[in-house]
Amino acid sequence: MEAIDHNSHAHATPHRDDTASKIGMWLFIFTEILLFGGLFIVYSVYRYYNPVAFHIAGEELNDFVGTLNTIILLISSMTVAMSITAIQKNDKKLALILLYTTLVLGIWFLVNKYFEWGVKFEHGLYPGSVLLPKLGTGDTMFFGLYFMMTGLHALHIIAGMTILGFVIVFIHKNKIGPDKYVFHENAGLYWHLVDLIWIFLFPLFYLIH
Amino acid sequence: MSEDKPHISSYASSIWILLALLLLTIATVSVTSVNLGPLSVSVAMFIASMKATLVLLYFMHLKFDHKIYRLMMTIVLLLFFAIIILTFLDYSFRIK
Repeated sequence: MEAIDHNSHAHATPHRDDTASKIGMWLFIFTEILLFGGLFIVYSVYRYYNPVAFHIAGEELNDFVGTLNTIILLISSMTVAMSITAIQKNDKKLALILLYTTLVLGIWFLVNKYFEWGVKFEHGLYPGSVLLPKLGTGDTMFFGLYFMMTGLHALHIIAGMTILGFVIVFIHKNKIGPDKYVFHENAGLYWHLVDLIWIFLFPLFYLIH
Repeated sequence: MSEDKPHISSYASSIWILLALLLLTIATVSVTSVNLGPLSVSVAMFIASMKATLVLLYFMHLKFDHKIYRLMMTIVLLLFFAIIILTFLDYSFRIK
């Protein structure tokens, strides 16, 4: 336990405890994992009860957009991981380039999501539509869960981009630097969490028919 | 990493992890496009778990950080699996 109590930067900033702030971030991430985990269980139980409806409804989703968004998020996770390496090596410029790239990728993800949802709305496949109840309980549940879970995930993308925006500002103001980057790391952890959730959302909704 | 010896991941290692993740994505898309029936759910979930492990260990730095984070993550995962098992024990033995 000595490594936890010992803070190597204590001489520079006496009241800083990076390990504690990272433990705090992880605790928050666990609540997020259990939040989405609960939704995954709801999805599995309804799928277990409505296998045929979920199978047919799943084929409505666009596999191509789903795969493209998966690739976008995976690349954005790499750029965030690399930006932390860059800041540790005191390469401020590269760190900023990588973070701006991440933001662009995040926006691209949301734009794809916008068009994807738009097509569903055009086809009358949204919670509260006239068409959906006529298709049956299974379809209503599938699309309810689809909009709920991908929507909640999209909100997390927006939150993650906001936090990364703060990281960019702090790097500009030199509040994040090679010996002081725990906020950058925690923001990165949040962004990876968003990627982690999508890794499970993608096969569940788009791939398993 | 902000403990005694901060571990700095190399740029190359991040690229390798991304390539592995992309390969696994291609694998899961191509495997599920072949109709495996009931197996396809297990295969897709298995590949997703492998991808998640890579993200947790390398991008989220669990492999290099202090072991307290790994321990906490393991406990949460065990809790989550326990909830899944209990939920499905419940639903499997219900009379519809």
